[in-house]
Amino acid sequence: MPGLVIEHLSKTLGGRLVVEDLSLRVEPGELVCLLGPSGCGKTTTLRMIGGFIPPDGGSISIDGVDVSGVPPERRPTAMVFQSYALWPHMSVFKNVAYGLKLRRLPKPEIERRVEAMLALVNLSDKGARRPAQLSGGEQQRVALARALVLEPSLLLLDEPLSNLDAKLRVGVREEIREIQQRLGIATVFVTHDQDEALAISDRVAVMSGGRIEQFDEPAALYRRPATTFVAGFIGAMSMFEGAVGSDGVRLGQAVQVPFAAPIPVAAAMGGGAAEGWTIGVRPEDVLVKPARPGGRSRATARVLKQIPHGHYRELVLGLDGLEDTRLRAFVAADAPLGDHLEVSIARALLYHEGRLAHEVCGQDRVRVDARAAVATP
Amino acid sequence: MTTTAERTATSRLEAPPGGRPRQARRPTGGYGLGRVALVVGVCVLVIFIFGPILWLMLWAFAGIWHYPALLPQRWSLSWWRQVFDYPQLVRSVGLSFTFAPVVMAVSAVVCLPAAYALARFPVPGRRTMLVVLFAANAFPKIGLYITIAGLFYALHLMGTFFGVVLIQLLGTIVFMTWIPAAAFASVPRALEDAARDVGAGRVRVFLTVTLPLAAPGILVALVLSFLASLDEAQGTFLVGVPRYVTMPVQMYSLVSDYPPQAAAVFAVLLSIPSVVLMLLVRRHVLGGSLAKGFEIR
Repeated sequence: MPGLVIEHLSKTLGGRLVVEDLSLRVEPGELVCLLGPSGCGKTTTLRMIGGFIPPDGGSISIDGVDVSGVPPERRPTAMVFQSYALWPHMSVFKNVAYGLKLRRLPKPEIERRVEAMLALVNLSDKGARRPAQLSGGEQQRVALARALVLEPSLLLLDEPLSNLDAKLRVGVREEIREIQQRLGIATVFVTHDQDEALAISDRVAVMSGGRIEQFDEPAALYRRPATTFVAGFIGAMSMFEGAVGSDGVRLGQAVQVPFAAPIPVAAAMGGGAAEGWTIGVRPEDVLVKPARPGGRSRATARVLKQIPHGHYRELVLGLDGLEDTRLRAFVAADAPLGDHLEVSIARALLYHEGRLAHEVCGQDRVRVDARAAVATP
Repeated sequence: MTTTAERTATSRLEAPPGGRPRQARRPTGGYGLGRVALVVGVCVLVIFIFGPILWLMLWAFAGIWHYPALLPQRWSLSWWRQVFDYPQLVRSVGLSFTFAPVVMAVSAVVCLPAAYALARFPVPGRRTMLVVLFAANAFPKIGLYITIAGLFYALHLMGTFFGVVLIQLLGTIVFMTWIPAAAFASVPRALEDAARDVGAGRVRVFLTVTLPLAAPGILVALVLSFLASLDEAQGTFLVGVPRYVTMPVQMYSLVSDYPPQAAAVFAVLLSIPSVVLMLLVRRHVLGGSLAKGFEIR
């Protein structure tokens, strides 16, 4: 079976179960992110794939070969370390050539491949430098070149961008993605940054407490987070305990937030119970317009905070009648809104015991129109 | 027992903290009394460190020097000739420069693997071990040597080459373990992992990554061991005499049999290798490898 196949992997470190019964498949040419908060076991998993930590149980196979008991130097993997781990006593050229020299390739061959790799990462003129003489971004690219020059079957990246400043990070991650796609190399990328994961992955495995919570494509992960953990971790999501009916969701005892368009909830939910849900709403699915004074709006809210994000702004809303509930909404940067708004919901996710049970939303056309009305008043 | 040999030893150990006045300058805000006290303190320190060396140099070139004159009444090089003509000198220099590299090499062979293990593996009682090594230096050496001498008699090591090497090892083990241990520990593990990742086995990783990166610390330890052996007198005297009379041991007879000029000349000669070696590695010594070696972690 080509690609990486991990089955029932587990690891206990210092008496704590760090990775628990983890299974994962990475197809050839695919970039998979392991995403999760610190301590979720993502780096441990990566180090087990690289051979630096022996697993307690389960198996790892690469291109159909079980590598579970194979030491790192004999695995077809190449790792880019968080700290880059460039050897400070060797020039950039020697850093990249090190692995090739071990393979006893003829000298001209080594030179040709190193030059080609340095050209690929745009460092052709820096070969004679020492790592300490390079910027963080350049060091990162040397580390990438050192890993790729061996033409590994699997590239492992351990938070490779966390030591770069925010602006550089976006540029370098696009470069990594571009090179990865050009070489068509299967890649496992560990990060705690959801933006990074969503931006460059083919699929993302969201991890928590040593388990994979959800393994899906970025768009699906964002649109339908499978658990409340993923919902809270990926993007902004307002979560409430409440009930749901065909005309809206009921929060607390009295407050009813209507759907922007009628949703046949009963049919969608197959007649399930209306009560006892955790309701998640994305900020872009919260629709607002100025409350008409004396109008008969069903749900109104006060603007507690406005956070500008450039071309849009984020509102933190307090629902009237449910003071301690916070609802987040995105609106256009220049939308002229007052302090008092009428609120409705275009789409909601219903969770039962932490797992996604239903997604309720109106027809897409309705949702898009409704949003456009706010964005361009 | 307090001889010029010890004094040169003192001067050598104190010399690197020439950086001390530089550090002390920091807290001064330039306010009268504090500044005066500082200047006085620095002067006292300078006199304390360099005074004896200066005095020694003067004696080495003195023909006649009687109290209360500040400088010798007559200068002379005759004592240099005397010392060079001294029959045992060549042999003792030869012996010293035989023992020093041997002791350095043996302590490297014994201590470097230990240092690596202490730095890299969770050896039980690792901290205790380091402290115990240090504690060997805390006892009065001569007492220690006398008890060891009893053991050496039983093992027929008295008066043997190997016996002298062993007794000198006692003084070098602490540098040779602590400083390289710190040097090995300061090599980030990720650098070793990275080398294994691209295909290097454990031995090759050690030879191509760990060892070159720890080299400055190891170099300092080697130099200190070399010097410690070169300077070791008490243990060598006890174990080696009469067959193995090294330079510092020779000092004893010179001090007791000759006027101070001869001892001064000899002390100056004895300090030449130390000064040369220290100058060669001063970048590493002042660069913090030495200080780092003595941090308990």
